[in-house]
Amino acid sequence: MRFIDEFRRSDLAQKLIARIKQKALSPARFMEFCGGHTVAIFKFGIRQLLPPTIDMLSGPGCPVCVTDNSDLDKAIALAQLPDVIAATFGDMLKVPGSHSSLQKAKAEGADVRIVYSTMDALQIARENPSQSVVFIGIGFETTAPTIAASVLQAGQEKLDNYYVLSLHKLTPPVIKALLDSGEVKLDGIVCPGHVSTIIGSSPWEFVARDYGIACAVSGFEPIDILLSIEMLVSQVEDKAPKVDIAYRRSVRPDGNRRALELMDTVFEPCPARWRGMGLLPDSGLRFRKEFERFDAELAFDIDPGPTYEPKGCICGHILRGVKTPMDCELFAKLCTPEHPVGPCMVSSEGSCSAYYLYGAAYEP
Amino acid sequence: MCLAIPALIKSINGKEAEAEIGGIGRRVSLWLTPEAKVGDYVLIHTGYAINVLDQEEALETLRLLEELSEVY
Ligand code: SF4
Repeated sequence: MRFIDEFRRSDLAQKLIARIKQKALSPARFMEFCGGHTVAIFKFGIRQLLPPTIDMLSGPGCPVCVTDNSDLDKAIALAQLPDVIAATFGDMLKVPGSHSSLQKAKAEGADVRIVYSTMDALQIARENPSQSVVFIGIGFETTAPTIAASVLQAGQEKLDNYYVLSLHKLTPPVIKALLDSGEVKLDGIVCPGHVSTIIGSSPWEFVARDYGIACAVSGFEPIDILLSIEMLVSQVEDKAPKVDIAYRRSVRPDGNRRALELMDTVFEPCPARWRGMGLLPDSGLRFRKEFERFDAELAFDIDPGPTYEPKGCICGHILRGVKTPMDCELFAKLCTPEHPVGPCMVSSEGSCSAYYLYGAAYEP
Repeated sequence: MCLAIPALIKSINGKEAEAEIGGIGRRVSLWLTPEAKVGDYVLIHTGYAINVLDQEEALETLRLLEELSEVY
């Protein structure tokens, strides 16, 4: 068991596809929440394998894409401070804010370093005691515990030059906001596999219970995704929405308790601003009082200036599932992965980037 | 962004482990999975093991899928 190849077996995929085709009689629209699922669905050509009754829609599950411009501006302003080293995941580098990007700031002399892990950011802090290291903390519940762990570790080591800009986002509140808006009608949701590895499958129960929408938590291999779609189809046909887990090797109903504890020790929920969706209650994380000394926003005085949205970019609508990249006039013309106008084209898991790389021909 | 890949734990030293991903060694943090043991497969996300993969459940999922065929 190596946990990869086994879940790419074509014999099992064939069976699942046959079963989906046989069962999916009524038209159904499913949203895959995760950008990672969007990419896998394109990469493995899953859309073309599904019967015409099933419509797949991409959701807001890309932390880079949902980061609001005002928050990007803060990250860039922090990076531009003298004696600050900004440590960031590579995905954030090219994302345009209102006036600049981390990459441009770097070209203009800011000390911006790409790290693979917060462990690397801690190492930079150890090696540069006279400078302040600010980690640009973006991510969903998958990533937030790793950032919480880095804060606890910095505390233990008394690394007093380590800070985090907490731009974390929580996923159940955004799903709730999407459903409450009534803008997009869904029959099922392919729920995030790695977020749910941390938070468990139980936080999705409200979707089935309160909204009557089918849920299946999925992994990222083709068998996982097909199995989750098969589960959604069964729930729709049986008119029995619930939360199924198609990723049992990783996801349990109550998640990773230890990771949740660490996250809860360091952070507490707060309102957060989402691109395209505005301020959503309890959808972000801020430092608890005891850990405020790590909060980059409190520690440094920055003035990011007024916020502007990129003209013509419809990322906000795409993230809400009401438009697709094909509806954007800039797509593949003025906006490409080399010259991205909006974040959905920058991030490797953004919908625009996935459409660009894997061909717009997949548009149903 | 939430990308996580399976890796095999080869050795453990306190809160850190040496793990192998496709034959390549990598240092990973066990802060979120103190229960991980040598020989376990864990999911690695940004340098941290975010859980221990459940081999029994993986085999069970595959077994159920194999049985599916017999329905047809
Ligand atoms: S194609 Fe570019 S400009 Fe259009 S929505 Fe996507 S990221 Fe924004």
